[in-house]
Amino acid sequence: MLAGNRRSIARAITIIENDNTETQKLIASVYSHTGKAHIIGLTGPPGSGKSTLIEKIIREYRRKDKTVGVIAVDPTSPFTGGAFLGDRIRMQELSTDQGVFIRSMATRNYLGGIAKATKDAAKVLDAAGKDIVIVETVGAGQSEVEIIKVAKTIVVICAPGLGDEIQAIKAGIMEIGDIFVVNKADRENADKAVMDIEAILQLNNKERAWKPPVLKTVALTGEGVPQLIEKIEEHNRFLEKELERKRSREKAEAELVEAIKEKMATSIIEELRSKGKFEEFLQKILEKKIDPASAAEKLLKERFGKHIRKG
Amino acid sequence: MQRGKKIRVLVAKPGLDSHDRGAKIIARALRDAGMEVIYTGLRQTPQQIVETALQEDVDVIGLSILSGAHKTLFPRIIELLKQKDLTDVLVVAGGIIPEEDIPEMKKLGIKEIFGPGTPTDEIVQFVLKNTSKRA
Amino acid sequence: MIDEKKINEVTKERERWEETTLQRWVAQRPERKSEFRNHSDMLIKRLYTPEDIKDLDYMQDLGFPGEYPFTRGVHATMYRGRLWTMRQFSGYGTAEQTNRRFKYLLKEGETGLSIAFDYPTITGYDSDHPFAKGEVGVCGVTVASLKDMETLLDGIPLDKVTTSMTINGPAAMLLAMYVAVGDKQGVPRIKLGGTTQNDMLKEFFAQKLCIFPPKQSLKLVTDIIEYCTRNLPKWNPISISGYHIREAGANALQELAFTLYDGITYVESSLERGLSVDEFAPRLSFFFASHNNLFEEIAKFRAARRLWAKIMKERFHAKKPRSMWMRMHVQTSGCTLTAQQPLINIIRTTIQALAAVLGGTQSLHTNSFDEALCLPTKEAVRVALRTQQIIAYESGAADTMDPLAGSYYIESLTNEMEERAMDYIQKIDDMGGAIAAIENGFFQREIADSAYRYQRETDEKERIIVGVNEYATGEEVPIPILRIDPKVEMEQVARLQRLRRERDNRKVEEVLGRLHYAAEKDENLMPIIIEAVKSYATLGEICDVLRKVYGEHKELIVI
Repeated sequence: MLAGNRRSIARAITIIENDNTETQKLIASVYSHTGKAHIIGLTGPPGSGKSTLIEKIIREYRRKDKTVGVIAVDPTSPFTGGAFLGDRIRMQELSTDQGVFIRSMATRNYLGGIAKATKDAAKVLDAAGKDIVIVETVGAGQSEVEIIKVAKTIVVICAPGLGDEIQAIKAGIMEIGDIFVVNKADRENADKAVMDIEAILQLNNKERAWKPPVLKTVALTGEGVPQLIEKIEEHNRFLEKELERKRSREKAEAELVEAIKEKMATSIIEELRSKGKFEEFLQKILEKKIDPASAAEKLLKERFGKHIRKG
Repeated sequence: MQRGKKIRVLVAKPGLDSHDRGAKIIARALRDAGMEVIYTGLRQTPQQIVETALQEDVDVIGLSILSGAHKTLFPRIIELLKQKDLTDVLVVAGGIIPEEDIPEMKKLGIKEIFGPGTPTDEIVQFVLKNTSKRA
Repeated sequence: MIDEKKINEVTKERERWEETTLQRWVAQRPERKSEFRNHSDMLIKRLYTPEDIKDLDYMQDLGFPGEYPFTRGVHATMYRGRLWTMRQFSGYGTAEQTNRRFKYLLKEGETGLSIAFDYPTITGYDSDHPFAKGEVGVCGVTVASLKDMETLLDGIPLDKVTTSMTINGPAAMLLAMYVAVGDKQGVPRIKLGGTTQNDMLKEFFAQKLCIFPPKQSLKLVTDIIEYCTRNLPKWNPISISGYHIREAGANALQELAFTLYDGITYVESSLERGLSVDEFAPRLSFFFASHNNLFEEIAKFRAARRLWAKIMKERFHAKKPRSMWMRMHVQTSGCTLTAQQPLINIIRTTIQALAAVLGGTQSLHTNSFDEALCLPTKEAVRVALRTQQIIAYESGAADTMDPLAGSYYIESLTNEMEERAMDYIQKIDDMGGAIAAIENGFFQREIADSAYRYQRETDEKERIIVGVNEYATGEEVPIPILRIDPKVEMEQVARLQRLRRERDNRKVEEVLGRLHYAAEKDENLMPIIIEAVKSYATLGEICDVLRKVYGEHKELIVI
């Protein structure tokens, strides 16, 4: 599977779907190979043209020579336990592209929740070497918000004329969306939809470092898709910079602490040497009258004791 | 609702035949029987059908065809399934397939052919019975 | 229609009858079902009386044949003047084979041609395209270029015979080929008579043979309507179809309502193009199915005529009576025919054909009894033709016009059909029209639900299909079936490749280039498509140019 063998990938995802002890073992064994893929979440109400847009997105990535994995999630019927998985129909032409792997998953009744199962499936695709992993959901239920959080970049799609565009975007998604797309932008109310979304984003996202942009696309023709990809990559770079920033900070912190430690130790030891205290205690250690740790403690207490009491 | 394994079925319409009334009814019936049904729409090539079966790791492929082109399309599909090492998938077919072609199709590896007028439940039961082994 | 006092008397007597005679009878033997419903889910009463038609106004609701509202027929003499056209849909294998079948049918008494094309042709692919593999000539005749059309119509005088072409996506290309053949035969274009189905809307939710997306498809449909209105006055540019909607699983009411709505959309599109309603409306034609429930179908046909007439008058302000008449072709239902005990399909087809005749159709195709098994054999198609001839000459059904008018049941059912269809029309209007309804899956959902219900009713034996879920015999008597020789494909591919070598390829390229340009500029494409077919550009080549400009359609799945 790690070599990218498609049958193995499929079987691996089935193991995850079967949700038993094998699942844990599988995830443990592939974990070290994950972390390279950019996981993108795509959500939007029915009628937004999401599936058509995803197909265009995949094509655009393929043009850039990236490999893509797709997980399309659909609800399991609470009455029958069955599910109709029809999302891949819009992407079917891509099914024979060896650089694209599409898998449909039903929400079932996972012990750890569908979000975890989706996350694990994404890990499999990541470990198998996919550059991009797209997770697609309908965006019409609370579990959808959880599923989409699996992603690093969350893209929210809507279309003008779907009734109240903003209502159509589930509460919760508004707050976590990283990029908003108004599809079917050749329609009349497209610009208004863009403005409405921008207005709400302004209210909600004052604190965020990343200001979610609102883009326009026409999925049928592919218009706007390259720009969308660019924005996704921009977000990815932003996240990496954020991560870099965090890492840099942690690194710098560690280095500072190290430096302080070193400087402090050096100057104290120099002082103790010059005062002869260092040699004094060293003799005692050699004579086995005291151990090094206690010696250090005594020395420091002597040196800093007054300060400590004062402090 | 039980956890764990579900039967996954690919309902496919190979070739240019656009009669999908039966395929959609079967898809719905299988879903109502608790299975996960992947329906990929019209005009599927043999390559698309087999690739989909592979990626979705299906237990069953149901082929629906009413155009008479089964004599060309079914052998091709079976051949590709062999190439991709998917010979343990249960393959069944339905639509308009003359009685005299059935032995040949079964010899290829299609487990059962369901002609016009077959009750939906018969098909559902057949799938349930013939997939319990492939756990 | 009947005076109030007499009606009240009937009501009183009916109630008495129910409490006495009926009561006694039902007590001894209850009725077979608690409720009788037709396919459109209408409740069928045990008895219809004058009460049910007390509000019927003869002049307003029925009128006379050949006059508004055309309920009783579109022509003043109907079958007394001229029988319906017996037009058997046919086609298979090569153009040459089908040409022979045409000549056979004409000799046996059919009065018009109807061409069935194979899948590659209908979907706009050449016979050597990868998609065509295994499909060439298998369920229709293969026509990949003008050369094939010339062979297909060889020896058939286009000034004497009218031809219906069941073609939608590439309708413009095939009509262009027909015109080109007519030109070659020396027949003036104003004399060419026939029909192109050319009804793309129903493709999107019923027959599913689409090439281009909805808006662009509607544009091509309108191109053909406009071109024919101006240049081919005897040609019916469109056959607004309910048959496929019904076969996909809709019930009679849905078939009626959705077909009429498609008609409304085409009228609107043509008006937007700048044509005036009285210019093109007379040549709009319709195509319905006929199923087993005799009276439901007759009511449907009558309601269709009356409702269309009203729509044309009130919604579109047509002035000419001919703009308001609904001429129809009917085909007996394919999906009701069974593979089990195929000979009994002859009986089903007979009932369905009778319904069409009693319903006043202008043209009729009767299915062959081997429909569920294969393409019709010569013997089977002859029996189908004889079915129509027996009805015409031996049954008396064609000897008077609209014989069932005034029947309490038929008039009541006709009224109900019309009312309920109008409800649907209002609903779709509210949704924003046909294309909006297609995009949000409305038609598809209605059809899928009806189809599923029908199947469940059959599975549960609420609906009996003789020979299938009841009176099944198990053992089958083998009947000969028609097979297409795989050589057909090989020969056709060779023919096509030779054509491409022998024609003037520079000319083809030049014409296709101009077509591309014209398509981008949104011009009426008929003239240039005629030029293209005359240069022997192939069907696939012409369609590919438009695929590039218009894009290809992807279906919305609703199960």
